[in-house]
Order: sequence, then C-alpha cells, then structure tokens
Amino acid sequence: MNKLVLIAGGSTLVYAGLALLMGVAPGIMLSRTPPGPGVKPLTALEAEGREVYVANGCSYCHTQQVRPLAQDKVFGRPSAPGDFAYQTPELLGSERTGPDLSNVGARQPSAVWQYIHLYNPRAVVPDSIMPSFDWMFDVVDKAPAGVSPVPLPKAYAPPHGVVVPKHEAQALLAYLLSLKQSPLPTSEVAGDMGGSAEAAAPATPAASGKEASAPAAATQGSAKGKQLFSTNCSACHQETGEGLPGAFPPLKGNAAVNDPNPATHMHAVLFGLAGATIDGTKYESEMPEFGSMLSDADIADIINYERSSWGNHGKPVTAKDVAAERAKGK
Amino acid sequence: MTQMATTYSSGTFKEDDRALAKIFAGYSISAAAWLLFATFVGIVLAYKFGAPEFGSGAWLTFGRLRPIHTNATFYGFASIALVGLAYYVAVRSCRTAIYSTRLAWLGLALFNVAAIAGTIALDLGYSAGDLEYREWPWPIRVIFLAALLVTAWNLVATVARRSTEDIYLSNWYMMGGVLWTCIIAVVAILPWYQYGLGQVAVSGFYMHNAVGMWFTPLALGTFYYALPRLLNRPIYSYALGVFAFWTNLVFYPIIGSHHFLFSPLPWWLQTTAIVFSVAMLVPVLGGSANFLLTIRGHFGQMRESYPLAFIFVGVVGYLVGSTQGTFEAFRSLQAVWHLTNFTVGHSHLTMYGFVTFAIWGGTYALLPAATGKYPAQAGLALHFWMALVGSFIYVVSLSIGGTIQGMDWVNQLPFIQSVVDMQPFYVWRGVGGLLMFLSHFVYAWNVWRMTYGSSAKTVPQGSSQIVEDVT
Repeated sequence: MNKLVLIAGGSTLVYAGLALLMGVAPGIMLSRTPPGPGVKPLTALEAEGREVYVANGCSYCHTQQVRPLAQDKVFGRPSAPGDFAYQTPELLGSERTGPDLSNVGARQPSAVWQYIHLYNPRAVVPDSIMPSFDWMFDVVDKAPAGVSPVPLPKAYAPPHGVVVPKHEAQALLAYLLSLKQSPLPTSEVAGDMGGSAEAAAPATPAASGKEASAPAAATQGSAKGKQLFSTNCSACHQETGEGLPGAFPPLKGNAAVNDPNPATHMHAVLFGLAGATIDGTKYESEMPEFGSMLSDADIADIINYERSSWGNHGKPVTAKDVAAERAKGK
Repeated sequence: MTQMATTYSSGTFKEDDRALAKIFAGYSISAAAWLLFATFVGIVLAYKFGAPEFGSGAWLTFGRLRPIHTNATFYGFASIALVGLAYYVAVRSCRTAIYSTRLAWLGLALFNVAAIAGTIALDLGYSAGDLEYREWPWPIRVIFLAALLVTAWNLVATVARRSTEDIYLSNWYMMGGVLWTCIIAVVAILPWYQYGLGQVAVSGFYMHNAVGMWFTPLALGTFYYALPRLLNRPIYSYALGVFAFWTNLVFYPIIGSHHFLFSPLPWWLQTTAIVFSVAMLVPVLGGSANFLLTIRGHFGQMRESYPLAFIFVGVVGYLVGSTQGTFEAFRSLQAVWHLTNFTVGHSHLTMYGFVTFAIWGGTYALLPAATGKYPAQAGLALHFWMALVGSFIYVVSLSIGGTIQGMDWVNQLPFIQSVVDMQPFYVWRGVGGLLMFLSHFVYAWNVWRMTYGSSAKTVPQGSSQIVEDVT
C-alpha cells in the first residue's frame, strides 16, 4: 500500500503544486491586469457580436495578438497587457489562416465592406478561403426603411431581391468595428514589455534599412508600391483598380488620381474619406485614414503606383510632397 | 500464472477474465466509432480549405466543426481508447481482477455522454470561448471530470488489490495520467480567477497539459507494457523508465506558455517555458532510448508483427514529435512557425504519429489476448500502411507549407499571398488525410473481428501469446 501512496499520491501532490504555480497563480496575478489607457468595456451590441464571433469559431483562423515582430506591424502596434482587460473569454487564437483582427476596426472601418465580405468574402477578396456567412443575412424584396441593402457585386448577389443583415450580422459588425487599438504611451512599450521591446529591436534596423534603399531605384519603388497597395488598398479598390460598382470607387480613370495636382489624392489617403461623392457617384462606405499607419515614403509609393497603373497617368509625388500635405492637416 | 491460480479459484478467474475482455472490447469499439466520426469531420474541414463554399450554413461552418474535430479526437477517441488499455494493463500487470466492472462501464457511459453532448453543443454554437481543447460548455466538462474521477478511483483501487509486490511502471504512468488530468480539468473549469490576460496564462497551461499529462503518460504506459509482452523480454532499463517518469512530471507542467511566445504574457513566464521545453529532451530521449533499446536486436520481428510495427512508429513519433516541439519553442524558430500550419503538422505528428499509433499498437497487441480473437494479417497490413503513408504526407506537406507561409509573413508580402501559397499544400494535406481516414475503416473492421465479429482463422504472425510473465 505504501508504494501506491508514494507513486499515485506523491506524483499527484507534486503535480498539484506545479499546477498551482504554473496555471492558477499566473491566472490570478494576470487577471488583475488593469485596462490600458483608452481601453473600454464593450457596449451591449458589441458584446453580443463577440458572442457571435465565439459561437462561430472565428478565432480558429484569426488571431487577436499583434507580436512585437516586424512582420506583425501591418496588423497594428504590439499588443499590450492592458488591451485584454475586458476580453473574457480570451480570443488570442493560435492560427492565422486569415489576418489578425486586433485592429481591424481601424484598418477596415467600412461597414459596407465588412458586410459584403461577411456575405461572401470572395466578392471583395477573390483569393480568400474564408467561409461565407450568408446565413447571417436575409434576402428580401425591398429593404425595410432605415436599412440599406448590402451593395453586392452582380456575380455574388442573389438573383432576386436585396440582401440585408440580420441582427447577428449587425452585432458582429459592431464588434469587429470596436476592435481598435488605443494608442500606447511609448514609455509602456519600453517599461512593462521590456522583453518584447528587446525582441523588436533587431527587426527595426532591417526595416528602416529597407525603407532607405527603396527610393534608390524607381522600379524597386513601384514593386513596393504594388505590394503596399495589395496589403492596404486592394480589399476595396481591387487589384484591377476598378473598385466595386456602387460600393467602392474605381481608381482606374479616377479624376483625383489623374489630376496633375496630387493634393486631393494625397489628402484622401492620408486622412480618409466618408460619404464622399466621387466622379458623380455618392459612396456610403468610409475610407480609413492611412496617415497614422504608414510612413510618408510608403504613402508616396502607393500613390505613385496608383497614378501609373491601369492606364492612369497622374504626375508622380515624392515623400516630401506627402509630408507637406500631412503638415497641412485635415 | 501460478500466483494467480492461488489467488482465485479457476471459476471466478474465468469470469473476471470475461468481464475484463468485455470492458476492453467496449472501450475499443466506442473509441473506433469516435475516431471515424472525428476524422470524418476532419476530412470535411480539409476539403473546405479548397472549397470554402462547401457545406454552407451555421451548422457546417468551419469554426464550429474545427473544435468538434479536436474535441471528438481527444475526448471521444483517444481518451476512451487509452482508458480501455489502462484497465487491461492494470489488471494483467497487477495479476488481479478489476476493482469494479460497474465503475468501468459507468466511466465509459460518462465519457460518451460528455463527448456527444459536447459535439452537439459546439455545433449549436454553445462554446465556452474559442479556448483550445476546452470549448465544451462547463457543465459538459463536469461530466467529463466525473468520468475521470470514476476512472481514477477504479484504476487506483485495482492496483491497490494487486497480487504482485511491486507496482509495474505502466501503472505509474496510467494512474498518474488519470489523477493529474482530474487536476487539469478542475483548473480549467473553475472560472473565478481567469479573466482577460489571466485566462491566456491558464489557456497556455491547460492546452499543453491536457495533451502532455493525459495522452502522453497513458500512451507511454501502453508502450511499457505492450513492448515486453510482444517481444517476450523485459524493458531495457526499468530505472530509466522511473527516471523519465519523474522528470516528465516535473518539467512538463511548466512548458505551456510556449504557446504564447511574443504575446503580452510576462516575458519571464515565456522564458521559463522555453527553458523547460529544452529540459523535456531529458525524459523524451530517455524514454525513447529505453523503448528502442528494448526492441534492439529484434527489429526484424516487425516484418511479421504489425502490432510491433505500430508501436515502433509510435515510439519514433514520440521521439521526433517531442523533439520538434522543443525546437519550435525557440523564439527564433517560433517567429517563423508560430500561427502557421506548421503547428497543425506538429500536433498531428504527436497526436497521430505518437499517441494514435501507440493506441493501435496497444490494441492490436493486447485486445486479442483478452478476447482470444484475432484480426486478419491483411487487415493489419492495410491499416498500417495507409495510416503511415497518409500521416507522412499530411505532416510533410503542412511542415513545408507552414514554413513557406511563415516566410511570406517574415518577408512582409501581402497577407493573401500566404493564403495562395498554401493551396497546393492544403490539397496534399487532404490526400494524406483521406488515406488516414480510410485506414480508420480498416481499423474499425479489425476491432470488430477482435471483439464480436469472427476471428481470423489463422493467428497473425508475431501476435502476443498469452504470456503474462513479462513484468
């Protein structure tokens, strides 16, 4: 009997101790992490949307953790402990079959885009392998008052009637748009996340080195512009530059893009647009402001790519021009 | 045998034998059914990567089926199969009868109720949160905990009534695994202390311990019993096995946070996890060496004995998969592989290449000894080669694809490029997965022949004979 007590009892005691030390204790300590500056609880609708997100397992393909690595910069700033104060159950995720969503509300604030994308992701991202969430939408003959139908491209729209979001889609949208990282005081990056900053350090010189060499060769600049365009712009304006009729304006043949004076073009990219009428069509969808996410050089590369592609011939701009436009402010 | 005869009159002995065979058969059949279900869901999921519109609607959406696949594999198939093996190994190696057949059947019923309820709940959208391996709503996890408690009680009580002086090593691992997992389950269920980032820390602890302190010890316990049994020679070093037991116990619980490297979890927690991930090489290399040295000089027997071949693959899967895990924990490599399909390849290398092959090897080695019925040699061969080739294709394609995916990110290409680049590897994963899935029908057929079906007329070569004296 003694042997049994030693093996079964002893090992279980050891294990219980380690479970307390490595599971329960960190759990208790870290549950007390105070919310970061600007981190707010969700509204009732957003919380409901989060439940839709959980029920349908969005986090099996989308993470909500931005690592302090150069490759994660595109998703936002590195996640900080204070970001997770109101995040139970946690949704950090373990796989990125699709992109990280920590900051998707800032990166893609257009409700129109989000609805089209949820209804059928391939309508806006042809190569996407995300499932369609069309069952979160109703097909009706006529949209009820106050609800705008989702402006789907013909190929993806149902043969008859119009598509309107159900309540769960509206809640999910509210949650997705609530995913905006609050700006982080620089001291917190250096202090609380000492280790993370250390890991980010080696990445920074490499990144800035790339930027410095980019303007050296014009071809390299346009290749980089194409890449930046794919990452930041093509979801709405499409790789063809044709946009989606009625939802997102085309850049191909766009007056502002071909205007010898690039001010309007630069202003739109830097500060975004909302409710704009472009070449005679009024667009409901909102365009995010890229000024806070991208450098002047990157924005110049994007603008020059747009001004020289799809038959456009606008006058090219320099990073200095972008800086000057930025300095003028909104 | 002589000892046994002195303990029991031959009448009760036969009755106990029959009861044990029935329990073992019941667990094995139930496990086979869950494996078929779980991997069918897996095939549907794999297909969706190439055809995202396939199976539309809420009930068949990817995000609901994904946790159904993992949970059914873990808590339906692997848990039930390993507990069945644990009962058989405990009774035989302790030369006694099972403490309670009723508790064993109750446990099987509870495992099944939990897994069925969990599957339905997840498909209806009732998820405790997308928390890896603990998605079932908590009342269902309480049922699973009850199944564990019943099993722990029954196993410990069986070992307590042993007629041998010593407690054979297999029972250390198997009793330990069940007892520790009771603790893991409680830690995961209690809600009062895990919010936000605190829950992330608990998730890191849970997701690795649920695998490494549950499936690993039970699979290792199966090796320690089935290998000597098949080879008719004792384990190479008993002391090394004891050493691996304690080092595994102390190192494993500490490594969970390596699932959240570069996350906002405290840096010291992540570094500690990395250090102990390296320390895990000690029990892994020690254990694998022990198994391989036991087989040494008898590798040729694998030509005839498929049970031995299954166990050999399981041992190699344990060695390669665990060593790979150590390397994945390094920050430099994790920066490339984390969040990619490489991780999916890794989890199949370990859960399939190690644990599942261990289950099959154990079942093929021991179930015929319990029931007196044998599967056909051709059935064993077909199962073995389809599962082996299929899992090889599966793991290699996702490892290569995952590396490319990670490099696309490191090179800061537009994200969609990594989706496009994965396509051919998703196809190969589907090919491998289909072979694996088809092999499970053969496995189910083999289990049937070993239990209620008609036994193969000729005993497959290299099957373990009814020889008890290996411990």
